Parts: sequence; C-alpha cells; structure tokens
Amino acid sequence: MSVAGVTRADAGEVQTVVAARRLRSVATVFIGVGRPSTAAILASMVHNPDLVLVYESGTIGAKPTRVPLSIGDGELALTADAVVSVPEMFNYWIGPGRIEVAFLGAAQVDRFANLNSTVIGDYEHPRTRLPGAGGAPEVAANCGEVVVIAPHSPRTFVESLDFVTTVGHGDGPGARERLGFRGRGPTAVITDLGVLEPDPVTRELTLTQVHEGVEVDTVLAATSWELKRADEIRVTEPPSSEELAALRELVSR
Amino acid sequence: MAELTSLSEAVAALVHDGDSVALEGFTHLIPFAAGHELLRQRRRELELIRMTPDILYDQMIGMGAARKLVFAYGGNPGVGSLHRFRDAVENGWPGPLELEEHSHAGMANRFVAGASGLPFAVMRGYLGTDLAALANVAPIECPFTGEHLIAVPALAPDVAIIHAQEADRHGNVQLWGIPGVQKEAVLAARRSLVTVERIVDELEPRPGSLALPGWVVDAVAEVPRGSRPSYSLGITDRDNDFYRFWDRLSRDRDAFTAWMQEHVLDGATVQ
Repeated sequence: MSVAGVTRADAGEVQTVVAARRLRSVATVFIGVGRPSTAAILASMVHNPDLVLVYESGTIGAKPTRVPLSIGDGELALTADAVVSVPEMFNYWIGPGRIEVAFLGAAQVDRFANLNSTVIGDYEHPRTRLPGAGGAPEVAANCGEVVVIAPHSPRTFVESLDFVTTVGHGDGPGARERLGFRGRGPTAVITDLGVLEPDPVTRELTLTQVHEGVEVDTVLAATSWELKRADEIRVTEPPSSEELAALRELVSR
Repeated sequence: MAELTSLSEAVAALVHDGDSVALEGFTHLIPFAAGHELLRQRRRELELIRMTPDILYDQMIGMGAARKLVFAYGGNPGVGSLHRFRDAVENGWPGPLELEEHSHAGMANRFVAGASGLPFAVMRGYLGTDLAALANVAPIECPFTGEHLIAVPALAPDVAIIHAQEADRHGNVQLWGIPGVQKEAVLAARRSLVTVERIVDELEPRPGSLALPGWVVDAVAEVPRGSRPSYSLGITDRDNDFYRFWDRLSRDRDAFTAWMQEHVLDGATVQ
C-alpha cells in the first residue's frame, strides 16, 4: 500500500510512531539515544511542539534538528534552555520527580517490566557484558512514568532476568510502594509487534495492542513467558502519511 | 597554584603506577590526549574511574593499563558495545579487570561527597536492583523522618584529569557546554591536571560557564584538540564517524593493538 508515493511503514517505523504518540499531551520527557530520541523529536515535530526534551547529559529543553548520535552532542547543549551537571540532573531534576515520562530501552524485560542492561549470563562470567545501568535505575524509580521501548523476541522478553538493573513493577502489586519509589513505573512496553501494558491489579504485562498485520500468536511466540492477553486487543492505527513523512525526513537529515 | 606545564611533564609528575585516576567528561570534553599520554608513559595497574568509560577507557583497558574499573555505563554512546571492555570482562584479555559498578546517580553523588569532604552521600536509588548487592552501598535511615535511603561512599581519586576550553596564565580554568561531573572530580581528587584547548591572556566570561580557580588545580597543560574524538564546544566538533569506526576496528585484538601502536604509542594523539 502506498499513499502519494510513500511506501508502507516498516515495523521499526511503526514502533517509533507509536512511541511518539504517547507524548501527545506530555510536558517533559527523558530520553536516551536511538529510537527513543527519534520518537521524542518526532513527537515535538508532529504532535507536541512544546514538549521539553531532557537528555541525561544535562541538557534540559534541547531542540535538536537532527537525531543525535550521543546524548551529549554539541547541538543539544547549544539549543537547551538549561545545561546542568550530572549531579544536578539526578539530584534536582530526576530525583524529585520533575520529569513526566521517561523512555528506556533494555536487553531483557520480564513480565513485571523489570529491566536488565548489565549482563547476559552469570555476572562474574557473563556470556555478554552489556553497558550497565547508566541512569536507568533512578530514572525509572522517580520519573512520573516509564515507557519501555524494546524489540520483541524471546531473547528480550524473558521468564527471568539474568540481572535486575532497573525495577519496573518488582514482584507485582505494592512492590514500588514498598521500595519508596515516587513514579508510577512502566505504563507501556512498545515493541515492533505491539504494545504491552501492566494489568491494573496484578501489574503483569498484558498484550493490549498489536500493530497492523501482526497476529496475536506471533506476539505470544516472541515472548518467553505465557503472555496474558487483554479481553479486547486493539489494532494500532497505522502511521499517517504526515507521521511517516516527518519521521523519514527527520532520519534523513 | 596551578603550574603551567607540558602534558608529558604533568603526567610524569602527577600520575603513578597503581593510582586511582578519574579522567572525567560526560560525552563532551573527554581528556583523550591526557589518557594517551598515560599510555605512552606506560602507566600500569591503574584504578580507572569514570561514569561512562567511553572509547578512551576502552583503549586504556585494551592496552592493559587498568587493574580495576569503577563505572556506571560501559557503552559506545549511540553505537553499541565497547569491545575491548567486553573482551576484558568476558575473556580476561589482555588481563583480568576488577569491576566496581554503580548507577550514574550513584557515581555522581560519590563525586559530590568527595568534593564536599564528606565520607558518604545520601540518595534514593539502588533499592530493589541487583546492583545494590554488588556495589559498595548501604541502607541508611533518615534521622528526621525515618525514611529508608541509600548511602554511597565518597570517591577520592588520587588524580583527576579533565579537559577544558581555556585557562589563563594563572591557571584559572573556564569550561562551558555540558559540564558533566568534572568540577566535582577535580575537587574530590588529591591531585589534578587540566588540559585546555588554549591559554589566553584574559578569560572572557561565557554564558553558563564553569570556573575552577587556579589554586585548586595542580597543573594546566595546553593541548589543542586534546578532547578529540570527543569535542570542546565552540572549538572542535564531536567526531561521530570515529565512534562508528571504533566499533569496527576494536572488535579485533590485533587490529586494535596495531592501531594503538601507530596512532598513540608511536605518534601524537589522533587529530
């Protein structure tokens, strides 16, 4: 299907567009590099021109015209409303819960949206050493809510994390409250196949949405645990020609 | 009072085998040239401290200069893995590397405690994670409210090394753009070295700049382009292509070693 010469969106583009839509009525978003950054810039282009982009490097209100390679690219500092030190970023801005939404990625996600970005395998003798925590634990504890963006495969959506880097909903109801966390934790996991959201009571991730053309069975097969399904599973509204054109123009800059 | 000196003399005087050394700079102003000078002077058994090891510590680890790494995020920002860091942890090449792992917030607060002359800092963090059991952190109760918090121990490196845009002839340093945790690192350390893009007669105030008076710094050395392939805002640009190139080159031990020999040990810092 093509609209005015625009080819159909691929799965990664749909994932980015769906993530951008989560920021329609959000004031502030904390973002890392890669797809989260692309989604946030897209949101500010298409849905929410007043969206405040906050990067971990200390650039608050950055207005990048291109998707930055690193979270500390010069353009972010030059266009920011404020540029602060790392201690200030965590102690004054993230810690007190001033940031509404945080986008986080991970190498492994479990059924309660806890995240691993430290090691695959045993910590002392890892099969794969991953970069590590960075800012994720405190960002996830304190930002108003967390949106996880991850590729959907059984390697990523695992029964049990090899390492708990970042707490999502812990072991279920009441876990975040017992730990004294301020934010609501993960409210959505956006993948290239669909969207998982925590059940309001059990906090377990539940399939609530599939992207157009994706079978529910495909999502179940790409998840290592027996994924719960919502009574009614929505189908993602496909990217509009405006969303897709803006996204492609952004990444081509 | 800071001594204006050459990079090689400053490293020879300030950094010894076995020291704990923090070369700081959060994506911006990473002191590559100084790190390369440490390698040329064959410093060994270093405890390397950095929130984000980046390519510089990948190089230093791969060259066998480190016995221990204290860090929070060991990736090539926006690109992927640090392959020399991974090879050291996964395969012990070129030698074993002890890890002390924290979160960014933890590392930042550890530097703040060090700069403040306090034994620890208090924060909300680590709770519920596997990091809490690994890292040297401890639960602490607020004496006023009873809230359960986490104490993280102060960082007090033997040496802090940072890069800045400018210094004057008295060694007063000015940097602007992303400030990272450089001020805290210098104030937390026993000794400090600042490399600068240029030495000027008079510092011109810049919006949002951060100043370090010359009397808290031990040595200042002029090293133009001393943060490349990182950058010095307003003077040099981040070499994003180099970060991508490093991902390919550093996967192979022999290619890595040959490159380091040619571009770092035998030559000046890559420009």
